[in-house]
Amino acid sequence: MNYFLTEEQQFIKEIAATVAREKILPVRAELDEAQEFPWEIVKVLADSNLFGVYIGEEYGGTGGGVLDLCIAVEELSRVCGGISLCLAATALGTFPLLLFGSEEQKKKYLPAIAAGKRLVAFALTESGAGSDAGAIQATARKDGDSYVLNGTKQWITNGGEAEIYTVVAMTDKSRGSRGASAFIVEKGTPGFDFGKKENKLGIRASATRELVFQDCRIPAGNLLGREGQGFIVAMKTFDASRPGVAAQAVGIAQGALDEAASYARQREQFGKPIISFQGVQFMLADMAIKIEAARSLVYAVARAIDGGEKRISKESAMAKVFASDTAMQVTVDAVQILGGYGYMKEYPVEKMMRDAKITQIYEGTNQIQRTIIASQMVKELAGKKD
Amino acid sequence: MKIIVCIKQVPDTTSVRMDPETLTLIREGVPSIINPFDAYAIEEGLRLKEKHGGTVTVITMGPPQAASALREAIALGVDEGVHLCDAAFKGSDTLATSYVLAQGIRKLGAFDLILCGKQASDGDTAQVGPGIAVQLDLPQAICVRKIVEVQDGRLTVERSMEEGYDLVETPLPALLTVTKEINEPRLPSLKGKMRAKKAALRTMSAAEMDADPARIGLDGSPTWVEKVFPPPQRGAGRMLQGEPEEQVGQLLDEIEKLKLG
Repeated sequence: MNYFLTEEQQFIKEIAATVAREKILPVRAELDEAQEFPWEIVKVLADSNLFGVYIGEEYGGTGGGVLDLCIAVEELSRVCGGISLCLAATALGTFPLLLFGSEEQKKKYLPAIAAGKRLVAFALTESGAGSDAGAIQATARKDGDSYVLNGTKQWITNGGEAEIYTVVAMTDKSRGSRGASAFIVEKGTPGFDFGKKENKLGIRASATRELVFQDCRIPAGNLLGREGQGFIVAMKTFDASRPGVAAQAVGIAQGALDEAASYARQREQFGKPIISFQGVQFMLADMAIKIEAARSLVYAVARAIDGGEKRISKESAMAKVFASDTAMQVTVDAVQILGGYGYMKEYPVEKMMRDAKITQIYEGTNQIQRTIIASQMVKELAGKKD
Repeated sequence: MKIIVCIKQVPDTTSVRMDPETLTLIREGVPSIINPFDAYAIEEGLRLKEKHGGTVTVITMGPPQAASALREAIALGVDEGVHLCDAAFKGSDTLATSYVLAQGIRKLGAFDLILCGKQASDGDTAQVGPGIAVQLDLPQAICVRKIVEVQDGRLTVERSMEEGYDLVETPLPALLTVTKEINEPRLPSLKGKMRAKKAALRTMSAAEMDADPARIGLDGSPTWVEKVFPPPQRGAGRMLQGEPEEQVGQLLDEIEKLKLG
């Protein structure tokens, strides 16, 4: 289907597809098995200018927006949903800076990020605060012209590999949901350490680690936005980043469908290719329908955000839910279509199924997304503005 | 260093199919790419530029659509694209092609090095690179697998031989043809593609190049393609059975049947 991409977006798609096919495809199984971070791919993506597709030209990017990011993430995820995270999670970590950073902060950090020289990670989740983000315990105490951070963040994507971290911590517990603030913390700052690398079911080429802050002193100039805006920073960040997760899910699903359809044409049973059987055809058709619908929703939301739409939380949540649920269903069906071969690690679909699962969980579980959607609907029905 | 890279646009042979009835290649809808060996030449040119400074110019003789190959090269980082385009070039064999490219290169002014891919994936002759060197009276080294050193106007390279390699030293300017061992070509960047889209290509017709009409196109080609056909299918062999003496007997019978003896 023609999505009426601009010529530049078409270039992004071609470049990402080329990198995926030439550089990611040969190594995806090995990096997944060994849980190895794809530094070589990071270099290729950096040289291709893909790290800057959603960052302004004045900071060294190519001046695109969320849709450009989604196009790149989707193409990379078609081949590996784990390796694509080096870009997608960096974008998640960069949105707080793009949305709330001062000009000085942007000039300081964005050029290296756009050039792919420094990766970024976003740190909100803690062991006692996942869906209940308001329950975070990490603190940031103002002390002269510094803040001192204490606490632990859990399950941070790009953790340990990224050099720049956007961290949400409590600056004033007494103010509840208005008591958190967002900060930029650089790797190597004394008092900032990492826990072990998590051993995961899927996205194993992506690094997930605990962050440990022990009297970690950062300059007051590293505050993003104003004190007390921490949860606003997080919510606005997620509004912009959800299409990226959704794009990752669409990519994983598309890759799985391509494998399943190709296999069904070649595999013969009962004297014919199994794609001749209606049972298989109906499965493939349903997979294709869901992917197309998911992609269209993701692109529509991305375009709305790029067009300046601010009230997009509900639709952004919808895109994330629908795309991730699609990825899970499609990858499970892809394994089914490949049958016994689908269960074997020599074939790529079992990995796609393992990779798909996380998209229903992170950046807000699909249960939380549904809560967001429903509460937005209630507000609208009650005639209130948000 | 001023480096010139000669490239050719060719059909992407990995996606070519045969018409089962006529047994000829189906050319329609086949995507065009930069000749694979030329991609290695471009990459080497870019690496030399990164190391020693200077410019890389890419030049091609081809129909109008060959301009897209020049833009692909610009997307990789090449500074300028030159398109030798004229209906009169059509039908050129390797001698005429070498002449045209040499004439075009003469119009580009002084240069230090010409790089070519070893051979084109559609013609496979490996003649044009050496042909250009002769036309321009340049020292040449073919099948270069590594450029060892560039210093004080002299070049040292490893030239692949059947077993091992020769170490060859040459003054500049010179011409090299390169093999796939020499490097790993980079992928195009987004900024490169955007720059390539806007880039102005330099186009030259036969007249603008002062090309002698008798040396270009079919008129300038002492050789021509008589026929293109797939090789005959090898028939299934026949395994001889039995003791060696029996097999020898059977073999002699077969040879007599073929009336070879």
